Amino acid sequence: MYSASDLRKGLKIEIDGAPWQVTDFDFCKPGKGQALYRCKMKNMISGITMDKTYRANDKIDKPTLEERDFIFSYAEDTTFIFSDNETYEEVRLDGEMLGEQKWFLIENMDCKILNFNGQPIGVTLPNFIEKEIAETEPGVRGDTATNVTKSARIDNGYEIQVPLFINEGDTIKIDTRTGEYSERVSKG
Amino acid sequence: MQSLSTLLLRSDVLRLIRTFFDERDYLEVQTPVSVETPALEDYIDAIPADSQWLRTSPELHMKRLIQAGHPRLFQIGPCFRAGEYGTRHRPEFTMLEWYCANADYRDILQETQDLLQAVATGLARPEPLACLNETIDLGTCEVCTVRETFAKFTDADPAALSTTEFDRLLVETVEPRLGRDCPFYMIDYPAAMAALARTSPADPSIAERWELYIAGLEIANAYSELVDPVEQRRRFEACAELRRRDGREAYPIDEKFLAALEAGMPPTAGCALGIDRLLMVLANTDDIADVLFE
Repeated sequence: MYSASDLRKGLKIEIDGAPWQVTDFDFCKPGKGQALYRCKMKNMISGITMDKTYRANDKIDKPTLEERDFIFSYAEDTTFIFSDNETYEEVRLDGEMLGEQKWFLIENMDCKILNFNGQPIGVTLPNFIEKEIAETEPGVRGDTATNVTKSARIDNGYEIQVPLFINEGDTIKIDTRTGEYSERVSKG
Repeated sequence: MQSLSTLLLRSDVLRLIRTFFDERDYLEVQTPVSVETPALEDYIDAIPADSQWLRTSPELHMKRLIQAGHPRLFQIGPCFRAGEYGTRHRPEFTMLEWYCANADYRDILQETQDLLQAVATGLARPEPLACLNETIDLGTCEVCTVRETFAKFTDADPAALSTTEFDRLLVETVEPRLGRDCPFYMIDYPAAMAALARTSPADPSIAERWELYIAGLEIANAYSELVDPVEQRRRFEACAELRRRDGREAYPIDEKFLAALEAGMPPTAGCALGIDRLLMVLANTDDIADVLFE
């Protein structure tokens, strides 16, 4: 159990059998009055958000969360198969749960799968991956300013905004948390 | 994070406050930071320090000095409250407290307003003050009873609310709207909400207490001090009982303070003002970190 004074941004808690993460937190207290802990939180499965206020004496459930190391094996239509390197146990995740992350999976990539009460609810990928640009307009020489961008596609069809100097065949680094271009790794 | 400008602002404000009280014949005092027992308050928790506690306010020591014959006192110094941490709170903060014998909460309200004006004038601030998206005129003020204030912003009668419901409405609905144009003094609290204030001689359901808000921030709290030793002991005991029921530590009753009341204390008004909060208003920031060096 957590008490209200444990609340902080990022804390994962359980409410009515569901895991939630505190995304914003504010401590309020009239000088002579009782403390209120005002939270904004996000459901870790459905992604819906809500506001909730706790009082000093409130107790809050701790979710049973477990993160395990897996590697990504392969995709089968909209199902993504991960396997445990040691036990060869397989976990099959639906593309819907992965959302945008499905574009950034590379075979044999190390991932972490988050389980809530034994059920997988999410995947953590390496923060950065490297991908080759499969399709984009020819690069513009001389313009290295990164605040002007153009569309590009990587091999699996994911569309990404890149700086004007990027060419087809270049390898770029993508931030898997935001899905955005990070830097050029090598020229094609 | 504190910038050079808020470091200088703090120095200027402290100097202006000292000048203000000096000109009014107040004596600046220092009372212990580590105390034998903290004042018993329903919802203020003290931080233990060795076999003692860090003071949550210098109130009881300063009232003992008033009783000992020093009629006008002020103090600026650190106070400590366990578990209070947020964009408007730190467990350690700087408090200005002052006490004036033979005065009541209305007198000290006027004096507080005079102090705000002296600080604004001394800083040569353009009037009115730009603060947290509002324009605030420190040269004037609004004074409203708790009942009137709640009637304006809620449909609740504050006297009919539990303290829990009162605090929640206050924090979530009322406070953010107070002091948007000028300092707002919310006065006359339900008698249950003033551990150390006297009840009004004219209306015992009312405690002679006010709180000052500027730009939705609670800045100061003031009382006509309770000087009746029998009533004060009864309230301390009720407070200790409430704390025990809640599973929180019931600090020993400050017998030195009660002995001072028993020896006879003049009617006194007192005010506690959060210096860091006042600096937030003057520095136009909604995060206390901006006025602290941490």
